[in-house]
Amino acid sequence: MATLNVAQAINQGLDQALAADRRVVVLGEDVGRTGGVFRVTDGLLERHGEDRVIDTPVSESGIVGAAFGMAVGGLHPVAEMQFMGFSYPAYDQVVSHVSRIRNRSRHRFTAPLVLRIPYGGGIGAAEHHSESTEAIYAHVPGLKVVVPSTPRDAKGLLLAAMPEEPYEVPIGRATVAREGTDVTVVAWGAMLREVGKAADMLEEDGVNAEVIDLRSLVPLDTEAVMESVRKTGRAVIVHEAPRTAGLAGELIALIQERALYSLQAPVARVTGWDTVFPLKRSEHHYLPSPERIVAAAKRLVES
Amino acid sequence: MAEELAQILTPDGELRGEPPVDLEATRHLYRAMVGARLFDRKGTALQKQGRLATYAPFEGQEAAQIGSAAALRGDDWLVATYRDAAAMWFRGYPWKLLLLWRAGDERGGAPPEGVNVLPPSITVGAHMLHAVGLAWAAKLLGQDRIALTSFGDGATSEGDFHEAMNFAGVYQVPVVFLCQNNQYAISLRRDRQTASPTIAGKAEAYGFPGVLVDGNDLFAVYRVTADAVGRARAGGGPTLIEALTYRLGPHTTSDDPGRYRDPAEEATWRERDPVERVRRYLQRQSAWTEEWQREIENEEAALIEQAVEEAEALPPQEPGQIFEAMFAEMTPQLREQQQELSGGGPVTPTGDR
Ligand SMILES: Cc1ncc(C[n+]2csc(CCOP(=O)(O)OP(=O)(O)O)c2C)c(N)n1
Repeated sequence: MATLNVAQAINQGLDQALAADRRVVVLGEDVGRTGGVFRVTDGLLERHGEDRVIDTPVSESGIVGAAFGMAVGGLHPVAEMQFMGFSYPAYDQVVSHVSRIRNRSRHRFTAPLVLRIPYGGGIGAAEHHSESTEAIYAHVPGLKVVVPSTPRDAKGLLLAAMPEEPYEVPIGRATVAREGTDVTVVAWGAMLREVGKAADMLEEDGVNAEVIDLRSLVPLDTEAVMESVRKTGRAVIVHEAPRTAGLAGELIALIQERALYSLQAPVARVTGWDTVFPLKRSEHHYLPSPERIVAAAKRLVES
Repeated sequence: MAEELAQILTPDGELRGEPPVDLEATRHLYRAMVGARLFDRKGTALQKQGRLATYAPFEGQEAAQIGSAAALRGDDWLVATYRDAAAMWFRGYPWKLLLLWRAGDERGGAPPEGVNVLPPSITVGAHMLHAVGLAWAAKLLGQDRIALTSFGDGATSEGDFHEAMNFAGVYQVPVVFLCQNNQYAISLRRDRQTASPTIAGKAEAYGFPGVLVDGNDLFAVYRVTADAVGRARAGGGPTLIEALTYRLGPHTTSDDPGRYRDPAEEATWRERDPVERVRRYLQRQSAWTEEWQREIENEEAALIEQAVEEAEALPPQEPGQIFEAMFAEMTPQLREQQQELSGGGPVTPTGDR
């Protein structure tokens, strides 16, 4: 079987969803003719037509606001923001409207809208192209927020948000990416790579790490995390996003609420710093590295 | 041309052109304006008695709202604001629910099935894009519905006004933008809102027509809206209508217009009263009597009273209901919080200390 990368897997998912249901439309900047800046929508315009794969003006609030109206009006739009750092002009639409129409109309109107936002650093990109601000989305009541780390999850989670698609990867379920006994490492998205390297390094030193890939930030699979922490008695939370008010804080609160008496050591977090995301030459100082993760895990095991 | 003011009925109730509807329909629309004004005054009174949270009066804007709403078809979308109760009601959104919403109850945000009116938008500007999306969806689904979105002069300074107008123009979406230019955005006068001579003129930048209309003239508002709706439905694309009107009351029940405008100005606009204008016309046509006036006022007032009673008789929502419409199904987190609110106590760690 061919191995797809994340972009290709999402492309396949979108293609399938567009083919299966007339109500699915894709819209965003450059998603049509060029197939998107990450080529996630490559070939979709040719296959599904420009009424359903829509190249929009550079207009983030317009994209999300119009997609919201489309969704209330019976379509299932999948809107793309080019980079997380450019999603903020649309944030008002997300917070003030997309997330709350069901509540403010007591289920009378709903907005089945998927917003795809590439995030994260480490590729030496220009300013604003490396942000991980998932916490500002996870903080908004009424949104579900998922961060896939594998092609399979990327496609599966996308399809789970589509109408009448085979339910491939359930939203709200974490997965054990690697089984272990000594320390639990919780992460999501691109950090799984660094965590995987860290787990290999720990293994060499005789520390057996269990890695939880959260996949879904809202709703969060609290039980999966607790189950692992109760078993290992130690936890490290890893995220690329800045530390203050990041989701590590939320996870640590959950662990102390539910599994405090199972802990053999305080919970640690390895995160990005409370700085603007550094440009190319300094970004490696910012990003959580396997070394930082290993050091944190060892501190817990040795304490 | 944008700069020319469309008017059919003068403030004295004299015709300047062909009335767009017959006498019977005019009486029907007049009656709706009378009912809307009674509701509006009731809303202010109820708020003063502490029975509504806040209220945003629309007195003076009845022609702009009823005239435009009347030009829509049953299944067309209306996406409007906190000040548009008259238009929403005319499209089938019950007084009872508008009151409930104003009393601070989310159930007021759920119009009956088949009423294609979104709950009132409180954020200034964002909702214009929703109308664009709704109309676009209708177009893609092959329905011939259009969407009308109503907003104030202040809303035209929001970025979303630009984005909505731009999208509508580029994709030729069947949407009608109705700006009720009531001369103020809270305290800010229209001439400080934009340096454009007219708001209607802004449409030119987006490649579709802008129309300036006397917003206190029921006939003219109906005429220009019906034309715009017809064009949109026929695939002719969007229109921006600027209805020149005036908010005779305060911005909301917590505002004092004495701080920013001259009572003489209010008096000038009082003479252009949109309801009185139609009454004069009907009287000229021998289609109005004092007796009929009393009769419709009594009947409309009774309907409003009934709506107040029904809204107030509804038992408050159970505390746990605030959790129930966040998603189709509650998440485990919401279920847990719901239990905590209802006395279940917070989660505590399992296992031994
Ligand atoms: C985005 C946003 N900013 C500010 C407010 C506060 N606010 C409520 S109404 C209003 C003035 C709006 O004026 P206009 O659009 O002319 O409508 P009108 O109230 O005159 O009908 C303001 C500033 C708001 N509700 N939303």
